[in-house]
Amino acid sequence: MTIEDIQAEIVDEFSMFDDWMQRYEYMIELGKSLPLIEEQYKTEDNIIKGCQSKVWVHAELEDDKLVFTADSDAIITKGIIAILIRAFSGQKPKDIIEADTDFIDEIGLKEHLSPTRANGLVSMIKQLKLYAVAYQTQLS
Amino acid sequence: MQDTALDIQTIRKDFPILSREVYGRPLVYLDNAATSQTPRQVLDVIVDYYSRYNANIHRGVHALSQEATDAYELARKKIQLHFNIGSTKEIIFTSGTTHSINLVANGFSSILKAGDEVLVSAMEHHSNIVPWQMLCERTGAILKVIPMSQDGELLMDNYRELLSGNTRLVFCNHVSNALGTINPIKEIIDEAHKVGAAVLVDGAQSAAHIRADLQELNVDFYTVSAHKMCGPTGIGILYGKEEWLQKLPPYQGGGEMIAEVTFEKTTYADLPHKFEAGTPNIAGGIAFGAAIDYLNNIGFDAIEAYENELLEYATASLLAIDGLKIYGTSKRKTSVISFNLEGIHPYDVGTILDKLGIAVRTGHHCAQPIMDFFGIPGTIRASFSFYNTKEEVDTLVAGVIKAREMLL
Repeated sequence: MTIEDIQAEIVDEFSMFDDWMQRYEYMIELGKSLPLIEEQYKTEDNIIKGCQSKVWVHAELEDDKLVFTADSDAIITKGIIAILIRAFSGQKPKDIIEADTDFIDEIGLKEHLSPTRANGLVSMIKQLKLYAVAYQTQLS
Repeated sequence: MQDTALDIQTIRKDFPILSREVYGRPLVYLDNAATSQTPRQVLDVIVDYYSRYNANIHRGVHALSQEATDAYELARKKIQLHFNIGSTKEIIFTSGTTHSINLVANGFSSILKAGDEVLVSAMEHHSNIVPWQMLCERTGAILKVIPMSQDGELLMDNYRELLSGNTRLVFCNHVSNALGTINPIKEIIDEAHKVGAAVLVDGAQSAAHIRADLQELNVDFYTVSAHKMCGPTGIGILYGKEEWLQKLPPYQGGGEMIAEVTFEKTTYADLPHKFEAGTPNIAGGIAFGAAIDYLNNIGFDAIEAYENELLEYATASLLAIDGLKIYGTSKRKTSVISFNLEGIHPYDVGTILDKLGIAVRTGHHCAQPIMDFFGIPGTIRASFSFYNTKEEVDTLVAGVIKAREMLL
């Protein structure tokens, strides 16, 4: 599936919920089911700055696709990063770089997009894209 | 509320913001330690200033300038009376506590020598740590820390041991922003004076709750931010004993702070203007005075009694929640409760509470050393003001229970 298809799928899933509480409960579930990053990658270097909670992201190239793993010490943050990883992991770096992130707004998480927001969703997206840029250079 | 002298429902009507909604729910504002809300009486003063007599002060010959100068200087007088300060010369208007502390730290750059010692309490806000670290880097002075107990109380025996003939300065907050502890500052000041050290007390967190008598405290420097006591942001004071303010060199150069300027030499204006370069926050200063009037009309005794009642009620209600731990259990506290739920990140709780319309602070509260001391990433902090109600405490408790259900 393309990034766009996955994002559409996520938007579809979230559209089933009537209120924020259900959306957050779902996000918390996603956070709990996020496959864990290997302990060796939970390093200071892999922490995304600008988050009130700690977020670690690790990226690895498998063939020509980028695979992300992540973790956070806060469960809602983990849910958010799980959504991002679902949308971007296993995709080509070039597609990740070019992908837009409007779907975040569509699933009702717009308030997390503010650059001053302490959870740093913006920083997370930026970090995933930075990894993509780095590996894109390596591929070409 | 029947069990208090204050008519909270009438008081709440003074604060327009308290009737707004957040995410379709009534706002429950419990982040008063970060900033307090502003009553209509103070807002009106700001609008009145800009509507009727906005003018630059201290230099104009025209009527508006004179009115603005009088109002601004009247505010200084109100501050003098409120904190029982000896002279208005000892009151420097600043942009707030951080500015005040930096002004003093900068001034001491030319006074401290290598090997001098500076003591700072273990429960300081970053703004009362970093300027002193910078000062120590510039001068070669040594920064030492007064430790605290698990309850969040300063260990006074250790403090006495740290004091010596080398101690030049002691810094301590009157009330801890992260824990709510009311520190024994009178004792801290008296002990420091015995070894000839000066004391700066950061009053940012106390000013809205406790009416400090600065002459009785015999403190050398005291700092206050208006926005923590129902005034606007961007204005505060540095109180300094006249002898100290005479000793410290000016902080910033500019207009207003000079007596005479030639290209060869400038002589500085008298206190307090020596430290007030440039056009000040005039509206802010006047509104600060109005905020002090507002609080005194309610009365600090009544405020303290009611906030203690809220604190006790909230502490008991929160402790009834499974797995809830309160940080900062000093016997003397202001109405601040820092807590965590076992196994849950404070940020998650704060996020759910926000969606329920409840404003609390989460994180390290700019006091990372305290969080390191307790070995936690941060806390959820609910801080109450005299305009909060027991019903709002109930809403908070229900919110925390809901958050726990969702997050565990």
